[in-house]
Amino acid sequence: MNSRKVYVDVEVTHRKDGSARPNTITFEDEGKFEIDRVLQICRAASTKVGGTGIRYTVLISGKQAYLFDEENGRWFVEAKNRGNGN
Amino acid sequence: MERAILHCDMNNFYASVECMLDPSLRECPVAVCGSVEERHGIVLAKNYKAKAYRVQTGDAVWQAKEKCPGLVVVPPHYEEYIKYSRLAREIYSRYTEQVEPYGMDECWLDVSGTEALFGTPEEIADRLRATIKFELGLTISVGVSFNKVFAKLGSDLKKPDAVTVIRKESFRDQIWKLPAEDLLGVGPATGRVFHRVGIHTIGDLAQTDPRYLRSWLGKNGELLWRFANGNDLSLVAKKDFIPPIKSVGHGITTVADLETPEQVWTVILELTQDIGHKLRSHGLSARGVAIHIRDNTLETRQWQTQLGIPTQASVILARSAFELFRKTYSWRRPIRSVTVQAISLIPQDMPWQASLFVDTEKLEKLERLERCVDDIRRRFGKNSIRQGILLRGAYMPPEKAEITMPAGMIH
Repeated sequence: MNSRKVYVDVEVTHRKDGSARPNTITFEDEGKFEIDRVLQICRAASTKVGGTGIRYTVLISGKQAYLFDEENGRWFVEAKNRGNGN
Repeated sequence: MERAILHCDMNNFYASVECMLDPSLRECPVAVCGSVEERHGIVLAKNYKAKAYRVQTGDAVWQAKEKCPGLVVVPPHYEEYIKYSRLAREIYSRYTEQVEPYGMDECWLDVSGTEALFGTPEEIADRLRATIKFELGLTISVGVSFNKVFAKLGSDLKKPDAVTVIRKESFRDQIWKLPAEDLLGVGPATGRVFHRVGIHTIGDLAQTDPRYLRSWLGKNGELLWRFANGNDLSLVAKKDFIPPIKSVGHGITTVADLETPEQVWTVILELTQDIGHKLRSHGLSARGVAIHIRDNTLETRQWQTQLGIPTQASVILARSAFELFRKTYSWRRPIRSVTVQAISLIPQDMPWQASLFVDTEKLEKLERLERCVDDIRRRFGKNSIRQGILLRGAYMPPEKAEITMPAGMIH
């Protein structure tokens, strides 16, 4: 499999209307990344790494990624396996 | 107006949830099995890859591994199953408030009259199927028909991830050739009766004179005849409907076989603690008590008795249950599991005829005492106060998440 589930630290703005806007994610040892835009929010399953939640389609440095809120306080992303063949 | 009923069945539910949460399992034959140490070591669910090796629900773990040497055995995660069952029901509720669960993984939906809003029942079924797959990563099979029994039958015909429609105009051609056992309500015992009298298919059943069916099977026979002819008129309950409680029971498989009456007494006492509490929280009193005893060959026997006066007191239920046990069980074999049930329930404030020979004052005092114990437990935790004898309770398995099992549609 070439994807893995990585739980991340997220800074989120919870608005008074109940909606949420993730602002940054901190990905393993690679530091903090700004989320430039949220393109779509829907409930979805991750077909790549398993699990479900509220899926934020986000734009980080021009690249599109999925950020999942498991609604239990934990957030994860679908990360590519690092290039050592596993 | 013709009704539009859907029956949604989540395919291989437990196993599918496990494979969805851990995609690395997808390529392997997987069985969700109870714990061998706690003596629940049987297959609870399996995926299609395991099914191909003829692994069956109910197989012992060693049996299943014998059939399928590469079988991946995973323990059940009930909290996840409860979560995904709830999420699926939330999706169903987008289309109708009539969502009636039948166990954790099945639901009936009544979508009659919503065509202008959501499209034909078949379109709704298809959309539900796609939504569950997209949002939850699970597959369902949906039966669409004009009554609940055929909708359920339909959801069994094509799996997984499929929709089957059984129409009023064509159900005879579609399902009359199927075996009678496929019909909801025809279990192994009824099936045996049917075979004895030459009823093999649903069509045979539908064309049998209902008077004969009644004489063989009582009113249930006539009910099944109506089902086979498409005359099931039962309604789909609204989603917040709570069926009236008919009994309150609690049972366990002990961690080691029970061999003496004293051991059985501690188990019964432990079980009735929860029953008393449940009766009080539902405002019910029991007029009878039933016990189910399963021995170590898995043979189950059950007995019941009436109580002199209605009660909520755990200790009275325990004593009556134990008395019943002592009188009836012959100790031919050690015991593997014990269930106690409070039956013939009535509202706690219903008047009853007092007997001259019962000390009602003492009884009331006992019930007050138990209510006080309830209160202490509520404030300080379940194990903050208990009978001394239960401190030895070495036979009880660890506590688990509680699950509501399907109530029968046919009563």
